[in-house]
Amino acid sequence: MEKMPRWADVVLIPLISLLLAAFISALVIIAIGEDPIAAVKLMINGALGSTYGWGYTLYYATNFIFTGLAVAVAFHARMFNIGGEGQAMLGGLGVAIACLYIPWPHWTVALLAAIVMSGLLGAAWAAIPAYLQAKRGSHIVITTIMFNFIAAGLLNYVLVNVMRPAGSMDPASAKFPEPTHLPTLYDMLTPLGIKFSKAAPANVSLFVALIACVLVWLLIWRMKLGYEIRAQGHSESAAKYAGINPTRIIIISMLISGGLAGAMAINNVMGEAERLVMNATEGAGFIGIAVALMGRNHPFGVVLAAVLFGFLYQGGAELALWTDIPRELIVVIQALVILFTGALDNMVRMPLERIFLALRKERS
Amino acid sequence: MDFLTLIQVLDSTLRLATPLLLACLAGLYSERAGIFDIGLEGKMLVAAMFAGAVAAVSGNVWMGLLAGIAASMSLSALHGIASITFRGNQLISGVAINFLAAGMTVLVAQSWFGQGGRTPSLMGGGRFDGIELPFAIGPKDAALSDLSVTKLIEQAGPIQQVYSELISGHTILVYVALLCVPATWWLLFRTRFGLRLRAVGEAPEAVDTAGVSVVGLRFAAVAICGVLCGVAGAYLATGLQAGFVKDMTAGRGFIALAALIFAKWRPWYALYATLLFGLLQAIAVRFQNIEIGGFVIPVQFTESLPYILTVVILAGFVGKAIPPRAGGEPYVKEN
Repeated sequence: MEKMPRWADVVLIPLISLLLAAFISALVIIAIGEDPIAAVKLMINGALGSTYGWGYTLYYATNFIFTGLAVAVAFHARMFNIGGEGQAMLGGLGVAIACLYIPWPHWTVALLAAIVMSGLLGAAWAAIPAYLQAKRGSHIVITTIMFNFIAAGLLNYVLVNVMRPAGSMDPASAKFPEPTHLPTLYDMLTPLGIKFSKAAPANVSLFVALIACVLVWLLIWRMKLGYEIRAQGHSESAAKYAGINPTRIIIISMLISGGLAGAMAINNVMGEAERLVMNATEGAGFIGIAVALMGRNHPFGVVLAAVLFGFLYQGGAELALWTDIPRELIVVIQALVILFTGALDNMVRMPLERIFLALRKERS
Repeated sequence: MDFLTLIQVLDSTLRLATPLLLACLAGLYSERAGIFDIGLEGKMLVAAMFAGAVAAVSGNVWMGLLAGIAASMSLSALHGIASITFRGNQLISGVAINFLAAGMTVLVAQSWFGQGGRTPSLMGGGRFDGIELPFAIGPKDAALSDLSVTKLIEQAGPIQQVYSELISGHTILVYVALLCVPATWWLLFRTRFGLRLRAVGEAPEAVDTAGVSVVGLRFAAVAICGVLCGVAGAYLATGLQAGFVKDMTAGRGFIALAALIFAKWRPWYALYATLLFGLLQAIAVRFQNIEIGGFVIPVQFTESLPYILTVVILAGFVGKAIPPRAGGEPYVKEN
């Protein structure tokens, strides 16, 4: 018998955790001598008060949807993929290869090729840790952490020694050619008569991310493979008994996870920077962890959490611009969300379970 | 490469290996007791920040060291509460601690000193000075003659070069870190506490049956881990460099984690592994790209080598690394 109704598990616990994180963040803001209410107002105004703000919020959210889904899919198979950052870096490399070396006639085909390339390289970067976990029992968390650092080294090497245009000092690739530039929300909404900021980077990748959410939902809850992934996540021994091959599930779920993290690059590399730069991922791979935890590993939850973090990112940038609060406040909030929704989950859950059990007893 | 260059590279190896060694031993205590800790990085970072800040304000490096240890231990306590008391996921808790440290250090340093998230440069008593061993060439000899220390060492014989450059002249924390290796070995393998600590990481139910508190032992291990990470972080800000800068650990906590796996959770091997990784860092700093017989080894490869080697070791192709059996599992007492 469930100790709590489902809505409490899905809505109440994340909400309480979020409130706790917000409360402590407010204390932090007070401690550094700023006004938390003014800060929140500034953040809401900066992130949601204009189409420019929305454009940035949705741009960040797009990144986080991809990485959040990546972490969520791996979580369903009870694996913790910390390697989203490295996989997204490799995805960026895939986008750069697709965009720089092939003359595409139109952005639509270029986008398809970029999705395939970034997904493939992201998946390839997850494949080795997955293989080692499945076949040699090497802990996936440690190997994916190591692969993040190896990815950073590899990308550094490629940008400095291979992709850097002659004469340039900047460790970055050349600008992608014009036909690969993705339409922004401004380009897409203007024909419909909707005014949208021209400067904001949100682009067509947002819709790719939403399509990815639907596909992940279909995979996890409507397909045999998804059932097997969830079965393995609930109990590996039971799954094995039911004839599910654990090696296959570990590798496939990690390939999907890595591919999703890699596909993030169509947003930040192809859609925004339009060239490959160092540190293009800006930690989005790690935010995926917070997003997946908050979103309870469900695509719909991931979208909500991603928009929330997009808001925090854009709002945080505005705070850093107009007040003395550094951008790192967002990192603190992110840490608190991971802490409360992930590590301290039982702290919130246990008292709630007791309350619900007491209520049930009274009724019967 | 002449002899003196070799000695100088080994000297900086020792200095760069020190924070890795301290953090690696920190992780060793925690993981031997069954608590995975990927938050070594974050603990070192807060320790570096508070050590740098307090040393700058008080002008006393020992106060800085204490502040660093206290800051690191408070994050250890958080990790303990999350993963021991509330039986949360230890890996997720570690991730949270790393981010908490990355954000809080900049936030606190910025609001305290207003220098863009760094602490003021340390001078005089705010830093750990090198200790000059007897008969070694040091600043005193340089003051007597009118040559610099570097010049004097250059003119000395090879044994004196090794003694003065490599063995003498380090800060006290370097020697402390080296002494921690036999101390850890002794504590873990020759005392009752050590036996229980190792047992709690392999078979907590057996320790519990014997009437020893699993929770108490694990908290003790996590606390020792906090102390050592605190020393490691304080060394970064007050020994290796003069003050805290944003993100100054630069992945050292993860290299230490790699070294721990490389060492297969054993103290003496932890020393060898961290010296190896320290050597790689020293080579990367000094030589950048290395050319061997027309073949260039890029600096990025040297820098990534600790991580690559760790994956190879984890893969079990060169001797298998098996972690403590109960690692990462919260202990639930049977009713």
